[in-house]
Amino acid sequence: MSVEAYIKKNYEHGFVTDIESDQLPPGLNEEVVRAISLKKNEPEFLLNWRLKAFRHWQTMKEPTWAHVRYQPIDYQAISYYSAPKRKPSPKNLEEVDPKILETYNKLGIPLYEQKLLQGIAVDAVFDSVSVAITFKEKLKEAGVIFCSFSEAVQQYPKLIERYLGTVVPYRDNFFAALNSAVFSDGSFVYVPKGVRCPMELSTYFRINSANTGQFERTLIVAEEGSYVSYLEGCTAPQRDENQLHAAVVELIALDRAEIKYSTVQNWYPGDEEGKGGIYNFVTKRGACRGHSSKISWTQIETGSAITWKYPSVILQGDHSVGEFYSVALTNHFQQADTGTKMIHIGKNTKSTIISKGISAGHGQNSYRGLVRILPTADNARNYTQCDSLLIKDQCGAHTFPTIEVKNPTAKVEHEATTSKISDEQLFYCQQRGLDQENAVSLIVNGFCKSIFKELPMEFAVEANKLMAVSLEGAVG
Amino acid sequence: MLVIKNLHVSVDDKPILKGLNLHLPPGKVHAIMGPNGSGKSTLANVLAGKPSYTITDGEIILKGVKINELKPEERARAGLFLASQYPVEIPGVNNLYFMRTAYNELRKHRQEAPLDTIDFMALAKQKAHTVGLSESFLNRAVNEGFSGGEKKRNEILQMLLLEPSMAVMDETDSGLDVDALRLIGTAVNTLRQADRSFLIITHYPRLLDYIEPDVVHVMVQGRFQQSGSKALAHQLEKEGYGEFLTV
Repeated sequence: MSVEAYIKKNYEHGFVTDIESDQLPPGLNEEVVRAISLKKNEPEFLLNWRLKAFRHWQTMKEPTWAHVRYQPIDYQAISYYSAPKRKPSPKNLEEVDPKILETYNKLGIPLYEQKLLQGIAVDAVFDSVSVAITFKEKLKEAGVIFCSFSEAVQQYPKLIERYLGTVVPYRDNFFAALNSAVFSDGSFVYVPKGVRCPMELSTYFRINSANTGQFERTLIVAEEGSYVSYLEGCTAPQRDENQLHAAVVELIALDRAEIKYSTVQNWYPGDEEGKGGIYNFVTKRGACRGHSSKISWTQIETGSAITWKYPSVILQGDHSVGEFYSVALTNHFQQADTGTKMIHIGKNTKSTIISKGISAGHGQNSYRGLVRILPTADNARNYTQCDSLLIKDQCGAHTFPTIEVKNPTAKVEHEATTSKISDEQLFYCQQRGLDQENAVSLIVNGFCKSIFKELPMEFAVEANKLMAVSLEGAVG
Repeated sequence: MLVIKNLHVSVDDKPILKGLNLHLPPGKVHAIMGPNGSGKSTLANVLAGKPSYTITDGEIILKGVKINELKPEERARAGLFLASQYPVEIPGVNNLYFMRTAYNELRKHRQEAPLDTIDFMALAKQKAHTVGLSESFLNRAVNEGFSGGEKKRNEILQMLLLEPSMAVMDETDSGLDVDALRLIGTAVNTLRQADRSFLIITHYPRLLDYIEPDVVHVMVQGRFQQSGSKALAHQLEKEGYGEFLTV
């Protein structure tokens, strides 16, 4: 069957409306991969790359080493392409689920942003499009490229061909291979030599950022001596009909370039009984390719039913620096297996890992980390601090650190603590007039403080509130 | 202000308080002295509503309201403050932020507008000086790495800020040197007024040299064995509790 025939095939499945018709039927095979590429009008190198990835994926097995449990995923039951479609939007906030609004209010999200999040038309003053346009003009002046991945494929195919898959090869792991074969869209950032990006890049401001889908692909390239700070996600709760999310993020920092990548992940975590929720299986990796380059990951992971995520840094250039700051919170029946890999190759490379895991309810929280010092990495240094906080006695905290040192001049430190919110601490706060829920969120925020201060201001302010909302029902 | 009637309290099924009675009128200062294990700290914790203590009989009445079943925060909002014997550390939580949160929580329940950061900081700085804490303590984590004496001063600082109507001080004097005692005594005296009462639990009568009590109770084996004037405290200092223990 030809690709064109395949694309038409979905009409046979009885999709009645025009909106629904731009979706491939469930199932994954080579024709699906070709169809995605064709729909996106991709150059041949990209199609070939997708196909290689798909063929390789077929030889791979889903990993089982993570400390998470879930029902087997039927990869043939998923539809791998859905054109950006407009969901019927509510006309005003009164039509929105009051529960969602309550959460927005707790997070302190301004009314006009609440409307934006719900797809309600907003008045001219706060028109998101006009904000985005001013934003784009400023970036253009600086020479920074910030667009959707699809747009980049059309506009800057050479850059894509040069860098795509060079940090996370399609062979890397099961989910990365799957993403490489079927990725739908994502973001592309290119910061030219010597440019300090004039503002924090946030997906929130990117036009057409909605519906990038479940297989998102992000590529950020920072040329010599440039700097960029990128914000991903949103503190507002995000729901999605797709259960499986397998994104890939690649960062490339050349000589003296710095990339700061911050994430707030608040996907739907499932209900209090552990039903539903997103599976977030993400591969994030940065390459410090140049001399004195720096990549810094900061993540606040409060959502998803399952999080499988290890933002890593390959410290290739001499004197390069890698950082990983993480807060992962699991409440109810959430499971998180997250951490980082710091691969020291260059001389005088330095990495810092600070991980804070919070478990409440029946949540299971694992830190998994690898610090590898290769023989070439003279005077490499790593400092790891890994703290777990338990709330009540039904949850779990686990730590799986691996340290491999192949150079005798290396200096590697690892500190770990596990603590419980004590009854004494709770009572002390309550004696001062705080109720239990506020007391817990105060103590948890104190525990996370060293991570929150790494966040850009716009996220840091909301992070405190987010923790409080995510911990609801954890005590009492 | 505070009335306790026939209070019986157990911890892990072990009776600690065995029929305790107290009548503490507004504006008065009562001191409780007694040997180790007599139940003094149990009383302090029970008044504040600490969960691990079970009231098996009797009543605690604060400002005419029975508070036996109230949560700790509800008692705090009703004006009860406990200066803890062992103040707990809360890592990462800024001391000033903690105090402001508590302060505004209490204001909220009095239907008063919250005090903003700048105004509160000015207030806290001023009060910190009166208990001999430098401003740097405001920007550290709550009690974290504080010495024993600094923790106690931090408790009194909170008491000065929160201005409770019923203040319970559990062995605030232990771990404090003479100079600190005088400072804290003076600070507490500034709070004394007609609608505020104090219950001061102490091993030693030293603190009572600075904070003049109206009544001194001697607590032995979960009951008040004797009550009297300040002179009783000094009698105990000379003679010890031997007389009561043989009762």
